[in-house]
Order: sequence, then C-alpha cells, then structure tokens
Amino acid sequence: MRELDVARVTETVAKLAIDACNYLGDDVVAFFEKALTLEESETGRDILAQLLENAKLAKDTDRPLCQDTGLAVVFLEVGQDVHFVGGGLEEAVNEGVRKGYTEGYLRKSAVADPIGARKNTTDNTPAMLHTRIVPGDKVRVIVAPKGGGAENMSAIGMLKPAQGRQGAVDFIVETVSKAGPNPCPPIIVGVGLGGTFEKAAYMAKHSLLREVGSTNPEPRLTELEDEIEKRCNALGIGPAGLGGSISVIDVFVEELPCHIASMPVAVNIQCHSARHKEAVL
Amino acid sequence: MKDRVINTPLSDEVVESLHAGDRLLITGIIYTGRDAAHKRLVELIDKGEPLPIDLKGQIIYFVGPTPPKPGEVIGSAGPTTSGRMDAYSPKLTAMGLKGMIGKGSRNEAVKEALKRDKAVYLGATGGAGALLAQRIVSAKVVAYEDLGPEAIRELVVEEFPVVVINDMYGGDLYVEGRKKYERKGDS
Repeated sequence: MRELDVARVTETVAKLAIDACNYLGDDVVAFFEKALTLEESETGRDILAQLLENAKLAKDTDRPLCQDTGLAVVFLEVGQDVHFVGGGLEEAVNEGVRKGYTEGYLRKSAVADPIGARKNTTDNTPAMLHTRIVPGDKVRVIVAPKGGGAENMSAIGMLKPAQGRQGAVDFIVETVSKAGPNPCPPIIVGVGLGGTFEKAAYMAKHSLLREVGSTNPEPRLTELEDEIEKRCNALGIGPAGLGGSISVIDVFVEELPCHIASMPVAVNIQCHSARHKEAVL
Repeated sequence: MKDRVINTPLSDEVVESLHAGDRLLITGIIYTGRDAAHKRLVELIDKGEPLPIDLKGQIIYFVGPTPPKPGEVIGSAGPTTSGRMDAYSPKLTAMGLKGMIGKGSRNEAVKEALKRDKAVYLGATGGAGALLAQRIVSAKVVAYEDLGPEAIRELVVEEFPVVVINDMYGGDLYVEGRKKYERKGDS
C-alpha cells in the first residue's frame, strides 16, 4: 500500500487547470496548421490563422485561450494500492479547482440552483469528478475544462435497435448539423455508443481525451469515425461556422455492450479550444 | 478581402452600407453584456424605466471576460453564444441599439428586428479570447458590478475584427457560407 497525501492532488489539479486553459495541445495546433493548407474558404483560412495566433499569444502571455474557461471536468484513475492521507479526496480535488481558477485568473462559471437563482459559486467548484479504480499504485489526474457553448450543443439519443448503424450515424451528423456555428467549429465529435444512459454520455466525454489524429484500435470503429467525419465536413459549416470545407477536427468513438432493448448514442461536442492536461502521481 | 474600418457609434448610413460577409475592424466605444445584464435591461424597458446606458447607435458585445491579471486591461475576451440573448435583443434594437457582436445563429425574431430597426449582427471568432483581448485598449464597469464577469463594461477597442453575419436586408452569412461549401451527396 502506497500512501499519497491529498495535498499533492490539490496542487496537481490547480496546475493542470491553468496549463489546460492557457496552453493548447500540440496535436490541436498541428491540426490547425494542416487545416490551413486544406481549407477551401478564404475566410475559413483567415479564422484558422487567427486560432493559431491566438494559441501562440495565449502561450506567450500566459492568458486563457478562451474567456470560457469552463466547468472543471476532472478524471482520476486511482491505483487500487494507493491509500490517500491528509484529508478527503473529493475535497482535495475541489480545493485544486478553487486554487487553480483563482490563482490562474480563470473565469468562474459555475452557478448553483441551475433552474432558479443561478448564483455563482464564486470558485468554479464543484469539480465534475469521474473516478475509476485501476490496478497499480499510481494516480493519473486529468483536468479537462469544458466550455458551455459546445456542451450546450451536445445530445443523447435513446435510439431503437432497429435504427442500427445508419440511424446512429444520422443522429450524430444531425446533432453536428443543428449545432452549426454555435459550438465554435472546427469541433471534435465525441461519441459514446451503447452502455446505459449515463455510461453513453460518460464515454462521449471521455473519448474527447484522445489525441487528435489518433486511430481507434478497433477497425470497425475506425471506419465509423472516418464516415462520420466525412459526412460532418460535407455539411459545409467551416471554421467559425462561416462556411468552409473543414468543420471537424476529429471524431472519437467509444462503445460498450448495451441492453437488448436499447441503443444509446451520446454525442459530446468539443469546441476547437480542446483543453485537457494530465499528470501521474 | 480588404477589411473596412468603422467607428462607433453607428449611424443608419453605416448600417445601410453593411452586408453579410463584410469584414470589419471596429474602433471606438462598445459595451459588454450577456444573459444576466440583458435580463435586467429588458426588465427596465418593460417597466418604462431609464437604462443605465444610452443604447442609441451603440454596439453590445456578448462577452464575459476572464479576470484581468494585475497590469492587464482585461482578461481573455472572446464572444459567447448569441442565441441566449435572442429573447431580449429585439427590445434593445427598438431602443436604438445598432449592433451586436457574438457568435452563433440568431432566431427569426432577431433577424426581423434588424430589418425593422436598421441594425446588424456581427460575428467575432469564438475561442480567440486572447487575440481579441489585444484589441481592447481600456475597460471599465459602468453598470451591474455585482454580476462580476456579466457586468456591463464600456470597452474602448481598436481595429476589433468582426464579420457581418446578419445585415438589415435579411442576408445571413451562416446560411449563405454553409450553402456554398455544402456537399449534398456526402452529408
């Protein structure tokens, strides 16, 4: 049994939140550079050039890429041989969010009483925390700030099994089509297939952590991802939704077996400010 | 395409000269406001009470910036999704508001209000908050300080880059731009 002080979790969450908001991943930057040579629309290329300049500026001046620094989505993969000491783990994560969003001058966008007073919690807590217990004695901490604009365009469909693959793809493309310019395209389309209602949504969110340009290890899903990407790009939405040939950065699919009566399809849309950073403790 | 520089406040003549797809650089004073500030402004209009800012000829930028670091004028300051302001915007254009800056589609009621009141909807690049903040020269809260990032701020901007999305003639760049690049057989 390895002992780990939760104070280290707090420090790590705080640092990752700031780094995620200020430093765009190299994979996304590389995509923008490639897209700049492929985008057919002049205005679209102009937007992509702005996004590259924005990423460079954010990095050089330690400023958030986007004013919407999101809700703090945190994934913890906890080794089963780890024993946390020094306080509660969940509170330590929230303390990390509090510290990161305050010290990093990030926007606090969490409001309590969502259908009523909508009062700001003032420190961006609570974290949207997902924990998994895994073998080993390490803790993997991932912080993925999620903005509201793209989250609002996400959808889940409890489809009928008879709708099959075609029905699932149609639902996903329709969700992207309806979203149009709103979620800050080009977007990443995270898809969760199967499982239960909440597992499908979780998979769609979790898939967004994958590296842009990576290939799904399951050939059946690689093909599905390619088909969805092609159809979404054919919508013509383009960078910033102003029209263009590149609407999608990537499509990531995760799946689980599901109930004989169900076919859940969850689509979590990620704006081009695709932010996530991780560390292993 | 050459970007055209325009100054605020906007006159009817300037608004009449703008068309969907035009790229502009705005210089002058603009005001910030998003959901909560709009709700308060419209409550005052409904009660017939005076507004904390005179909207005539002005532009409202839908933005809730990050807190500025010491020495900064403003934090990152890109546009938020405009659709959430659809319920309020026609009442503001009726009070003389001439422009709105945001990102994402507007509803039919807003597009009608743009025609009726001679106003425009402009798009700034969503997610380019660090870049856009560089074009903001000064910022001060002028109303609703208690709303924090949602307070109404008076910004002085210099060559702030936007694209005309909806003009006063019914033009809609989101619809026209998409149509141009749509590949029907593939989507």
